[in-house]
Amino acid sequence: MHSSGELGWGADLQGGEPYVFESPTQPGVIIGFEVEIAEALAHELGVRAKFHQNDWSNLIPSLERGDFDLALNGLEDTPPRRARLRLSRPYFVYGETLAVRAGSSLHTLAELSGRRIGTLNQTVAQELLQTQHADVVLYEGQQEPYLDLNQGRLDGVLLDHVIADRYGCGQPGLTCVKEDLARGTYVVGMRPSDVELAARVDAALSRLLSNGEIRRILERWKLWDARQAELSERAPKPVPSAPSMAVPVLPSAPAPTKQALSAAQLGLFFQGALLTVLISVCAFGLALPLGVLLAVIRSHGGRVARFVATAYVELFRGTPVLLQLYVLYYGLSPLIRLGPITAAVLGLGLNYAAYEAEVHRGALAALPRGQAEAASSLGLSRYQVLRHVLLPQSMRIALPALTNDFVALLKDSSLVSVITVVELTKRMTIVAVELRDWGVPGLLCAGMYFAMSFPLSRLSHWLECRYQSA
Amino acid sequence: MIRISGLHKAFAGSAVLRGIDATVAEGKIVALLGASGSGKSTLLRCLNGLETFDAGTLEIAGFSLDPGVHDMRTLQGLRAKVGMVFQEFHLFSHLSVLDNVTLAPRVARGTARAQAEAHARELLAQVGLAERASAMPRELSGGQKQRVAIARALAQGVSVLLLDEPTSALDPELREEVREVLRKVARGAHTESGAGLTILLVTHEHALAHELADEIWTLAGGAIAAKSER
Repeated sequence: MHSSGELGWGADLQGGEPYVFESPTQPGVIIGFEVEIAEALAHELGVRAKFHQNDWSNLIPSLERGDFDLALNGLEDTPPRRARLRLSRPYFVYGETLAVRAGSSLHTLAELSGRRIGTLNQTVAQELLQTQHADVVLYEGQQEPYLDLNQGRLDGVLLDHVIADRYGCGQPGLTCVKEDLARGTYVVGMRPSDVELAARVDAALSRLLSNGEIRRILERWKLWDARQAELSERAPKPVPSAPSMAVPVLPSAPAPTKQALSAAQLGLFFQGALLTVLISVCAFGLALPLGVLLAVIRSHGGRVARFVATAYVELFRGTPVLLQLYVLYYGLSPLIRLGPITAAVLGLGLNYAAYEAEVHRGALAALPRGQAEAASSLGLSRYQVLRHVLLPQSMRIALPALTNDFVALLKDSSLVSVITVVELTKRMTIVAVELRDWGVPGLLCAGMYFAMSFPLSRLSHWLECRYQSA
Repeated sequence: MIRISGLHKAFAGSAVLRGIDATVAEGKIVALLGASGSGKSTLLRCLNGLETFDAGTLEIAGFSLDPGVHDMRTLQGLRAKVGMVFQEFHLFSHLSVLDNVTLAPRVARGTARAQAEAHARELLAQVGLAERASAMPRELSGGQKQRVAIARALAQGVSVLLLDEPTSALDPELREEVREVLRKVARGAHTESGAGLTILLVTHEHALAHELADEIWTLAGGAIAAKSER
């Protein structure tokens, strides 16, 4: 920072209004209350603030890598973070707000035990919910949990009041519990080695608090409320010893140092792998017959049926599977409310059916015409010709491509984490952040995928050989 | 019996058959000679509905066909009575010899597997391939493949057999084994009733035609140029 005259700060634009987001009227311009705080800080330090876009879940690893100097994006002050990073004094006080459907009786933390509660990944709310033994459902964006709450997929959503006020409480059919279930602060995260920078940032924040600049920024964004009175009370370093209100203290994790993979985490890895296999097998179980049907229609069907099958293939091949999953899970939820795993299987299955259709169409076209003629000349019906003569042969031709697609599907199944399914890859990212280590979980995850896909290639090879020699 | 009246057929505007009138009496064998492209194969393929035709009528094995697209049910009934042997054999490459022969009786006729297999083994014995029942097509020589194809065409107890140049794709030294089978078939040894099979044999082999056929037709320019009785 000193050499460049720049203060690099990392945040995720996906966090949205009012934190850090692109101006709706001026595309490319970044605005938000944290943008103003970062700029005020840089101004105090006599440098320019430079924004770095970074996926929120990986904000801390990126900070540690040295991609930027400050993580400034709704970073909550927690003991594990305090052990890992150098944290500034707070610039904002948030309350954990519980949103429920109107008429729900839930209103305390203790009541959430065993309930399906949504929140964002890697948040204090997530840890709070886990200590209460709630059934936690993790999201990447802040609008989706409220959509699911409205649809009845969740019993409640626990998130910072800033998010709850904007995305949840005002929605028809939803209501928020008035009292905060917990309170905490947003702080600036820095590398432990940046001792001097941390001292200067704390001093700058103190000045911005006492000269009213932070209050002015928060007021501009309509964020100044009674909670913020605690800002000046909260000491820069240790976590407040007692809560200032009748709200629980934020999670007190056992002094966290760099940890090894625990047996429980390993168990969760296997669970994730099992789910990956389950989703992939079910999705392929849908894709294969549907693909064969589409291929048969495209090569033998009537004009209208052929048009419909072609349109299906082009539509599902021509749009991203990620988009299809979103539409299926969120977009269609007012019409059909699918569970996350059902939606995952359906989404991947429908998408891969389009690819299988093309594989089988090619395989059918590769068969000598005489095969169908000989079968017809024996008096077999069109269906019997397909069932007994053409498909058994085209299936063999398609086999290598099928195996290839299944292995691809196995890996594409990681995309379903966007609809709250915690499969193998998602589990890996969660554990990696918990352990502050991407190496071991990454290798473990890769090893598990390989252990699943390699036997498949062997099986396919064996089947090909068997058909060759049979 | 086969009766062909005023048969016309054109491919993309170019006429291949220009008014064929001919009859093959029940139990008779007719050999159809003619240069390549004279329409011999097309005539044969019209007879079992593999090709549609533009004008005329066909009567074959008690079924009649009209110009245009044929009714699938009629075709299936007809094909149960009319066997076809192709120049290039077209054995089902994923099925064993035995399964090639039993497929249509089991699947299209609903014959029990044991019964279909017993009959298939008899037919395979008659074409001299009893020992190869469990072989796959690619393990067979061309002559053996064609003998299986003949057994397959006969497996449903057909009354008409259409043979489309059954020896043309074979090396000369393999032709005799197929001719030998054809002689047997011609003697009517394979029909259920024991009565003679009606056979239409498209071939280039004049000697074979003269040996087997009761009547020889020569096709030229899409019409029957000559008919001769033996």
